[in-house]
Amino acid sequence: MNDQKNFVEIRHAQKSYGSLEVLKDISLTVERGQIVAIIGPSGSGKSTLLRAINDLDPLTGGEIFLDGVQVNKTLPHRQYEKHINEMRQQIGMVFQHFNLFPHMTARENVTMAPKMLKGLSKEQADALAEEQLEKVGMLDRIDYYPSRLSGGQKQRVAIARALAMKPKLMLFDEATSALDPELVDEVNMVMKKLAEEHMTMIIVTHEMDFAAAVCDRVLFMDQGVVVEEGPPEVVFRNPTKDRTKEFLRKHLAGAK
Amino acid sequence: MGLDFSVVPQYLDILLLGCAWTIGITLAAAVLSFFGGIMFAVAALYGPWIIRLPFRLIAWVFMGTPLLLQLFLIYFGLVQIGIDLPAFVAGIIGLGLHFAVYNSELIQTAILSVDKGQMEAARTVGLSRGQALRKVVIPQAVRAVIPPIGNNMIALLKDSALVSVIGVSELTLSAQRAIGATYRPFEFYLMAAAFYYVINLGMEWVVWRIERRISISR
Amino acid sequence: MDIDLMLKVYPFFLEAAWVTILLSVLTALIGLTCGALGAAARLSRFALLRFVGAAYVSLFRGTPALIQLFILYFGGPQIGIQLDAFEAGVIGLGINAGAYMTETIRGAIISIDKGQREAARTLGLSAWQAVYRIILPQAARLMVRPLGVNLNMLIKATALVAAISVIELTYTAQRYIGSTYKPFEMFLLAGILYMIIIYVTGRGVAWLDRKVQIN
Repeated sequence: MNDQKNFVEIRHAQKSYGSLEVLKDISLTVERGQIVAIIGPSGSGKSTLLRAINDLDPLTGGEIFLDGVQVNKTLPHRQYEKHINEMRQQIGMVFQHFNLFPHMTARENVTMAPKMLKGLSKEQADALAEEQLEKVGMLDRIDYYPSRLSGGQKQRVAIARALAMKPKLMLFDEATSALDPELVDEVNMVMKKLAEEHMTMIIVTHEMDFAAAVCDRVLFMDQGVVVEEGPPEVVFRNPTKDRTKEFLRKHLAGAK
Repeated sequence: MGLDFSVVPQYLDILLLGCAWTIGITLAAAVLSFFGGIMFAVAALYGPWIIRLPFRLIAWVFMGTPLLLQLFLIYFGLVQIGIDLPAFVAGIIGLGLHFAVYNSELIQTAILSVDKGQMEAARTVGLSRGQALRKVVIPQAVRAVIPPIGNNMIALLKDSALVSVIGVSELTLSAQRAIGATYRPFEFYLMAAAFYYVINLGMEWVVWRIERRISISR
Repeated sequence: MDIDLMLKVYPFFLEAAWVTILLSVLTALIGLTCGALGAAARLSRFALLRFVGAAYVSLFRGTPALIQLFILYFGGPQIGIQLDAFEAGVIGLGINAGAYMTETIRGAIISIDKGQREAARTLGLSAWQAVYRIILPQAARLMVRPLGVNLNMLIKATALVAAISVIELTYTAQRYIGSTYKPFEMFLLAGILYMIIIYVTGRGVAWLDRKVQIN
């Protein structure tokens, strides 16, 4: 379909709130099947960039393409809504605070959107829920409400919910930051499994070890710009920029 | 019939006098309901059962029946037992008692939320139970409930219109007098509504100022 | 206490209580409708609608319900609105209650975490789908109790229509006080009936509140 090198393409992304510029002319391409980690201090703009990809935080300048289609097209309101809803069905997102729907069971969380938007029958939806919840190891809790799940379990259901839409791209916004340390691994395992299946993923994280182990590329962002990017072994072991060095020194020291 | 506001100016002094009465009645009832609320709260929480029980019953009746009905009871009831008070006094008593019950509910909750540790601390430095209540617990509780009590007082302003029904010449009854002479209900009730709205804005502003001062001094 | 008199007149109070109940039900229905529309306006993405919603709430909560009722009933004919006392009472009180319910409904909706809307939109739901499938079902559970408080106030506010001579409980009590000079007895009759209505409604709200809670 499209050049696989430019599966996700961000051109000159710019975003400001009034006079505060949080993204300054960021360009980035992600290949199909590639896994990219974005690291950086808080306020660096990494979450804003991620949330711009599915237009939750619209850019004030620049373009975003997924598989050759522009996500943030300028269209009249009604047409834009239709377009963005179609695009978002192809982009899965996982949030720091899970955002599971508390009035729905795990099964209903997973099947709500496919039933509503893709017209799946009850049988098809149930089969889909079982398939996706099995994948994240939550099949035994399929009829539990979120209030009865631990943080790690909630996040795994949230991942299953996103996967149930069969997205082309998955976005992870600090998916393990709100979890107790002992619950981080179960979520990381699921993300690793997705990596092995060659899901295209963009991951905002503060976990350097996980980024180093799983990602093909690492971007270090600070003050709205990409300071440094490259394979994890280069960025983590031999960073060239002072800001990267300083961040890694602080962060790795802080982690120990 | 149409609208004609040209008759309004010549009755403006009557309406303004009505405003003065409305403000006066509201303030008097507000003061009564504030101190009454504290007394009710203390009686309901710390009084012996012979006091607690009737207070509980009164609170229950006042919160379960309409204010207008209560005003009729107080106005005509006082006459029946031989106390012939001017209507405006009966109105102030009725409004004051009604809102004292609502304020008392707020104050009771607040007292219970500050009580424990503060009471113990006050007793350990040698204060009696009554002194501890008066000097330590109640001041804190009252401070915490000033904002919701302020909202009750804003509600009181609007409910003060009800005393027109027992013949108190406040703003609503003044408007009715003007209507009696001119047969222009829409114009004069709208004017009355406008005056209430302005007084209401003024009260909201005062409550907002007090709230802000409390939150700063904390 | 004049028990004989009370026994003699209580059928009239019972009849009046039905009027109060009917008034309350109709007022609540109009109030809920106005409240839902008001909340929708206040949360609209159009500034004009937001302004209209805010003005509605401010004007109707900022002036006495009694005056609103008088404007509608006595002033209405001047601008071509002819209503009988019962209709004026229900409509006037309903619009007034709607202003309070607007704030209740809006409060419940805006208290739903914005992550809920984001998660729904991220899955591809439209703004409207996110509202009715994700936001409203959660907000509705939070609304039950505060709407119950609105309902409690509304039932007591129906007494105001006595001032435009609708023959309900308070009007009946007032009339019998005037003719019998027994204010306490008449208050007792009307008061007990009001408290029964309030109590039953309160239990109903509590039951509904328990029923809709998740788990």
